[in-house]
Amino acid sequence: MAAFLEIENVSKSFRGLKAVSNVSLNVEEGGMVALIGPNGAGKTTLFNLIAGVFPADEGRITLAGNDILGLRPDQICDAGISRTFQLVKPFPDMTVLENVTVGALHGAQNIQEARKAARNNVELLDLANKIHLPAHSLTLPDRKRLEVARALATRPKLLLLDEVMAGLRPTETDEMVAVFKSLNQETGITILLIEHVMRAVMSLSHHVAVLHHGKKISEGTPGHITQDPEVLDCYLGEEEDV
Amino acid sequence: MMGVNFLADLTIKGKAGLLLILAILISLPFWSSSYIISVATITLYLAILGQSWNLMLGFAGLLSLGHALFVGISAYLAAYGFSVLGLPPVISVFPAVLLAILMGMLIGYLGFRFSIGGVYFALLTIAFAELVRISVDHLGFIGGTEGLFLPVSEGDRKGVDLINLRGHPFMFYYLAMVLAFLTLAGCRTLLKSKLGYYWQAIRDDQDAAQALGINVFRYKMYAVIYSSGIAGVAGVFYAFYQNSLFPESVFGIERSIEVTLGPIVGGVGSLFGPVLGAFILTPLGEGLTELIDFLKNSGIIDPKLKLNGLKLLIWGLVVSLIVLFKPRGIWPWLSDKLGFCRTEGD
Repeated sequence: MAAFLEIENVSKSFRGLKAVSNVSLNVEEGGMVALIGPNGAGKTTLFNLIAGVFPADEGRITLAGNDILGLRPDQICDAGISRTFQLVKPFPDMTVLENVTVGALHGAQNIQEARKAARNNVELLDLANKIHLPAHSLTLPDRKRLEVARALATRPKLLLLDEVMAGLRPTETDEMVAVFKSLNQETGITILLIEHVMRAVMSLSHHVAVLHHGKKISEGTPGHITQDPEVLDCYLGEEEDV
Repeated sequence: MMGVNFLADLTIKGKAGLLLILAILISLPFWSSSYIISVATITLYLAILGQSWNLMLGFAGLLSLGHALFVGISAYLAAYGFSVLGLPPVISVFPAVLLAILMGMLIGYLGFRFSIGGVYFALLTIAFAELVRISVDHLGFIGGTEGLFLPVSEGDRKGVDLINLRGHPFMFYYLAMVLAFLTLAGCRTLLKSKLGYYWQAIRDDQDAAQALGINVFRYKMYAVIYSSGIAGVAGVFYAFYQNSLFPESVFGIERSIEVTLGPIVGGVGSLFGPVLGAFILTPLGEGLTELIDFLKNSGIIDPKLKLNGLKLLIWGLVVSLIVLFKPRGIWPWLSDKLGFCRTEGD
């Protein structure tokens, strides 16, 4: 049985720089996989390849057996993948509820239904008391929450989270981790996340892949990764020095 | 149904204000002069066009500086149909609006297919408007530079013939009012629909919109289709109100700029902004002309003084000051001050 999301030998270069080099990764249905690695390792580039932002130079990406490489971002969303942006992209002149409603309209029958669904997502991400504020007035952590609420509102089967916990306080991180855990258990949503906050990676992910200089250097359970000398050398070890 | 919806945004004060304005507008012919009615008719006409233009920029983030094209091409088709083929405007409005929409779709297709954004898209709209203006200059069968005229008899000005749009100036005034109201209610319905949400999302962040499953190309096309369609309806009205069409005065870039000023002054992206803008700018321009004439006639300023550019100078100054001090337009500020609109809620 093939994995839900299959990334096979994908490469992408920008002006000769190999941002992603021959990376393969499988994500099982209902799995929670973390993608870690130092800045510039190619994590976000890999996300952008999955999300259809630009085409890959080579390789193959399939979702539930269907080729998705070469689809436009909106078609990727139709296929059941939703993503957040590392550099958050709220709709600044729309309110929090309107932002999330845009996401909820994907697949909703009408505005009322979408607004209702959006309201649930807003509450889930703890933004209920800011529901009618314009998105440009939110703080960065709230904008990150808005990114997640909006992406979830499209009812994805696979959620791509790009550093959504950066800038959150530890208790807030734990809250968001709990949200993803319960979503995963209740709806069976598959999650692939890029994260530097190891606290979140450790408690959330079933499986971790490490990228460095565009190459996958290690993967395994969170426990395995933290023992891998190569990972400690290029990424995790450095954190302890700080 | 649309009208009921439409009142939902307004507070009691707002409803009272709207009722008062409606009462003034409806009763205007009974107590004002024919001159004021002609100014009010043009004001309402510009309010419709402002709404159409605002749909593209204010809702969907698409800057058009060639709106005169959609108005003009539709006006010409309806005028030609009437004066040469004897087609009444109630029939020719359909092909006329369709032609305006097709023109919009052509520009939209080229712009969006090749990802021409922002000011470059605006240049594309100017280019098409100019292309058509120059072409019409050379098209003898619709009058070329000589212009195209609609037949109008003295008797026409007395009756009310909505089929052929021949009638008393009051008929045009009330027709403009109905069209302006329908446009406002229609735009409001669009803005609160899925289309409106998607347009605003594209306007605010195209990449994020696309990631949420929005087919950006398709929804931008819808914006152009609705906008050019409304402008097309206004074009038919214009043709039968003016009764004379010249390439320069219909397709000229001043016409396209004129369309943009109302919404800019009133508030881009808001529903009432374009209407308010039209009601500020048109009467202001006309009022200045009247004022200067009055001052000359009453001897306060020397009647022999040449003040040809003065009106435009003052008018331009006022517009600049408004844009400088209320860059988001007067309506958002005014409605806030007066408490006319409900704040966002269910």
